[in-house]
Amino acid sequence: MDFSVIINELPLYFEGLLLTAQLVPFSLILGFLAAIPVAIMRLSRNPLVNYPAFAFTYFFRGTPLLVQLFLLYAGVGQLDGYSALTKEFDFLKGAYFFALLAFFFNTTAYTAEIFRGAMAETPFGEIEAAKACGMSKWMILRRITIPSALRRALPAYSNEVIFMLHGSALASTITLVDLTGAARIVQSRYYAPFEAFITAGVFYFVLTFLLVWAFRLIEKHFNKHLNRREETVIEVVT
Amino acid sequence: MFDLEGYGYGIIVEGAGVTLFVALSSLFIAVLLGMAAALAKLSNSPMAQIIAGTYTTVIRGVPDLVLMLLIFFGGQIFINNLPDNILELLLYIGEKTSQGDALKTAMAPYLDWGYIDVNPLIAGVLTIGFIFGAYMGETFRGAIMAVDRGMLEAGTAYGMTRIQITRRILIPQMMRHALPGFGNNWLVLMKATALVSIIGLSDMVRRAGLAAGATREPFKYYLVVALVFLFFTTLSIWFLKWAERRYSVGVRRIS
Repeated sequence: MDFSVIINELPLYFEGLLLTAQLVPFSLILGFLAAIPVAIMRLSRNPLVNYPAFAFTYFFRGTPLLVQLFLLYAGVGQLDGYSALTKEFDFLKGAYFFALLAFFFNTTAYTAEIFRGAMAETPFGEIEAAKACGMSKWMILRRITIPSALRRALPAYSNEVIFMLHGSALASTITLVDLTGAARIVQSRYYAPFEAFITAGVFYFVLTFLLVWAFRLIEKHFNKHLNRREETVIEVVT
Repeated sequence: MFDLEGYGYGIIVEGAGVTLFVALSSLFIAVLLGMAAALAKLSNSPMAQIIAGTYTTVIRGVPDLVLMLLIFFGGQIFINNLPDNILELLLYIGEKTSQGDALKTAMAPYLDWGYIDVNPLIAGVLTIGFIFGAYMGETFRGAIMAVDRGMLEAGTAYGMTRIQITRRILIPQMMRHALPGFGNNWLVLMKATALVSIIGLSDMVRRAGLAAGATREPFKYYLVVALVFLFFTTLSIWFLKWAERRYSVGVRRIS
């Protein structure tokens, strides 16, 4: 290992980290918000509502993120009406937008499926009680189903967040310089694959563990009411 | 349905063959490694536990693409530097044991394998197998722990050897518990094979990319590739459902 390569290129890695740290939270926040309505649609018995949501989640969960990224970046960018649109809206141009879009769709699909599972598991008694209190359908959703489902979905959702962090490495395949992109530049500059990729790996590893730790705290916070109270220890003095 | 011009469906079919081959061979490696990791984690040897623990933690903490690039590019250098490193080590041993460079001269002809180009197919299969071995390891560990201790004890009571117990009781019983996780891992693994196109292997994604570049119609080609993946996913889900039913025969369920 030649550490001077790593030290010389640290600024590049931090630039990459900055991009990763933008793409991942942006797509996660947007995906989280979009996943709730998609999950509700998936639970609907009306096929006109259920089916589009099902097709969306099935497509984005059943195909590789890489293909989705290429399909959007190369494919949609090439469609006829699109270039006219980019003249109007500048931000639609370029890899950044498409990476964000692909990650957003992908995480929405996975998250919606997690939420759907959690919502379907809502104890029947809770809904019954809400009905007995005279709550409307939407009020039940807002006050009962969604809050308790989000709590139950937390462990699975934390996995999805880590998958998204790891999936964001694919942004480097469409010319973006994220953490992986930085490593690929270092590799091509010095032909030093160990230094280049192990450094990126360490960054991801640290990020992953920070996320795991953060989710543990969040889970503790939201599931406080489920924790058993500390049993009072009676000390017997002999 | 789609007019794929001069390229026809041939590139997709051939590419899909490569994709399936990579997926199935890496699944095989992943299952072997996963089983080894699970048994190591559950063993009494602290050394085996540490090695398996490091393996599953590190691999699951780093993106597959980074690992693949590391193994593909790094493996190339590693293999080609290996003879020099071994010779250096032999020289060192020779000095320590006052054998001079007799060892080195004796071994040198065997280590002269020239420049080796790492085959992307092998690199891809090994990398994906190595990565998913870590995920399989966690799945199998959970499944082994879910097997009723009493069944294994009964095996011992019948005088079966450890290998017999593993083959006749542990593996068939853990299959049922491992199947859901195994199925998820397989679905993720299959999609991860798309990454081998980045290290230059002619799988479905890469061939579609080349055709898309030539015809300037990427949307069509990538959509076909996406649909083929969707087809594989659907088939896998059907098969896994069938297998789950089959391995749950005799388990009482609340209807």
